[in-house]
Amino acid sequence: MTAAADGSRVRVGLFITCLVDLFRPQIAFAAVKLLEQAGCDVDVPEQTCCGQPAYNGGDAKDAAALAKQAIAALEAYDFVVVPSGSCAGMIRVHYPRLLQDDTAWSARAEKLAEKTHELFYFLVNVRGMTEVAAQCDGRVAYHDSCSSLREMGVNSEPRRLLSSMKGLQLCEISEPQTCCGFGGFFSVKYPEISARMADDKIADAKATGAEMLVGGDLGCLMHLAGRMARRGEKIAVRHAAELLAGAGDQPAIGEET
Amino acid sequence: MSAPPRQFQQAAHKAMSDGALQGALKHLKAGFQVKRAHAFEGLADPESLREAGRAIRAHALSALDELLVQFETRVRANGGHVHWARDAGEARAIVTRILQENGARTVTKGKSMVSEEIELNAHLSRHNIEPIETDLGEYIIQLRDEKPSHIVAPAFHLARREVEKSFREKHVSLSTDRALDSRPALVAEARAIMRHHFETADAGITGANFLVAETGSAIIVTNEGNGDLTRLLPKTHIVVTSIEKVVPKLDDVAVLLRLLTRSATGQEITSYVTVMSGPKREGDADGPEAFHVVLLDNGRSAILDSPAREILQCIRCGACLNHCPVYGVIGGHAYGAVYPGPLGAALDPGLDGIATTYDLPNASSFCGRCDSVCPVKIPLTRIMRHWRNEAFARALPSGSFGFGLKLWAAAARRPWLYRLAAGIAARVLRSRAGNEGRIRAFPILKGWFQARDLAKPAGKSFQVQWRKRKT
Repeated sequence: MTAAADGSRVRVGLFITCLVDLFRPQIAFAAVKLLEQAGCDVDVPEQTCCGQPAYNGGDAKDAAALAKQAIAALEAYDFVVVPSGSCAGMIRVHYPRLLQDDTAWSARAEKLAEKTHELFYFLVNVRGMTEVAAQCDGRVAYHDSCSSLREMGVNSEPRRLLSSMKGLQLCEISEPQTCCGFGGFFSVKYPEISARMADDKIADAKATGAEMLVGGDLGCLMHLAGRMARRGEKIAVRHAAELLAGAGDQPAIGEET
Repeated sequence: MSAPPRQFQQAAHKAMSDGALQGALKHLKAGFQVKRAHAFEGLADPESLREAGRAIRAHALSALDELLVQFETRVRANGGHVHWARDAGEARAIVTRILQENGARTVTKGKSMVSEEIELNAHLSRHNIEPIETDLGEYIIQLRDEKPSHIVAPAFHLARREVEKSFREKHVSLSTDRALDSRPALVAEARAIMRHHFETADAGITGANFLVAETGSAIIVTNEGNGDLTRLLPKTHIVVTSIEKVVPKLDDVAVLLRLLTRSATGQEITSYVTVMSGPKREGDADGPEAFHVVLLDNGRSAILDSPAREILQCIRCGACLNHCPVYGVIGGHAYGAVYPGPLGAALDPGLDGIATTYDLPNASSFCGRCDSVCPVKIPLTRIMRHWRNEAFARALPSGSFGFGLKLWAAAARRPWLYRLAAGIAARVLRSRAGNEGRIRAFPILKGWFQARDLAKPAGKSFQVQWRKRKT
């Protein structure tokens, strides 16, 4: 579909995130496919977690240890791409801050941060992708994760790629800037508040008439899909990369048997 | 001052079942968010203005000691008095002493969050001095013996019919068949009561939005004009405020006002901006005979030397509350602290200690919308994270959270162990799911399953599949 803006190939280290690794590997396969379409040589180095749960849980020491582990695994690539705004934001925005007083690591953290991108941002803005060949019939709403939107500046990119899909009708939910209530451990520590926020988001998504809700962060998507399953709501939830890579016909999140 | 640990969840639960509150919270968007957005759209370069505001506040904090001394000198030169209060108790004692020395029995009050912080009204009542709140919202909650639920709109949580009910109960001198079924009728009712208090009060207490070092002025912004009547008519005027409010110059206030009113209510300017620079001078038509400023520290000096320092840049516009999805669901009272929302989550632990305020910085999804709307660019989520670090370092809360996090991190630092543990977890969860694509209940992570199902993990992790494909 599209090669690099300048036609050259680049080496991309894919940081798949722990949720994708464990719960929904097809998102990572979809990301690999899209990156290869965009002229990238994709590698997946051994990895665990970016450290965000520790970082947000107040455990800065363990977060720093995990950050160093990830830096060592990822810094050799031309680019690091993450199919999650939240984990990408951890590397790009928070690693330099977390390691700013660590003389041995601060420069390495900065360097890695500069070349780390959220998947859709990378495809569109770094690799010049404008369209995908995959098709999808139906009404689809895109859910902005807070990290993608406010931390990584992802907004038009996924919408642009989704809109390029034949048959896909993109719906806009009325309050895209409002958090869905996931927030990592927040969803476990404050389930009632988190669920109310999810319900508001689900009502918003339903009002668009969308049959499918897609997004760029599996955490939000598992939270919303799990809440809808609990309430008997019928909107299918998938990562947008799955759709864009032509894997939108696989069972949605929580549907699989 | 703050709710004991774990009461937050109960208070939040109650708030989410409170129909009147939930009705009020639905107005946050139209009442505050949309108005703020429109007000900022009218600016040529809103980001530069935010940066200018941030720079002014940051500079003021870096020169706080000098500015406060300059402010004190100027107030004295203007004929006023400055009093320093290390904590809430000292502030209450100073105010009470001034009032007693002047034989004051009734005191009108303009809206002041610092006076809420030091719980001044209850203290004055205990000393037989009657405080009368003159801001309509504050007056309403005073009648109801409640605390503000919002720092700009104290009675935000109330519907009109509840205000009507309170007026009918408390305003017993007025006729019972008067109509109170509209906003103007309620305002007229309050005004009729208030007029008498303004004319007869022995002293007036206001807060301050800003203090100006070069002129020794305290500045307040209001839309009701109650601040002016409070400070002009009585013989004694006391400004109760806190040390971080000072800025070097009047010109600085001009910048901050543009940010404050737009961020708070979406106004380009409020109906009244009052500059108070001392007692009545010779030739002045009116004004107080005595002018006092009480400067409260109450933990702020310590915050200044901590990673939470930037919260002292706050100009109390309330935009972070208005855009916070958690505040939008639970309202202000559930936080159980004077300052609710993201502002409170960043400030209250510094004032009250993290042990009693644990939930405030933790009950945030870190969505970052507060950061994006703050007119002086306070990194609110970063400060909340600092308090989470403090809590974790002190093993708060007691229970399994910290232990679980450590255990998980220990595995994540060893890829082989992580793989093993994740594989086991996946197998256990998959067997629990059976033929379904999801798990409905599980003995750990109860909070997750309380509200939602969990998607079934994949049979083989991506990394296992990927390595197999590559070999």
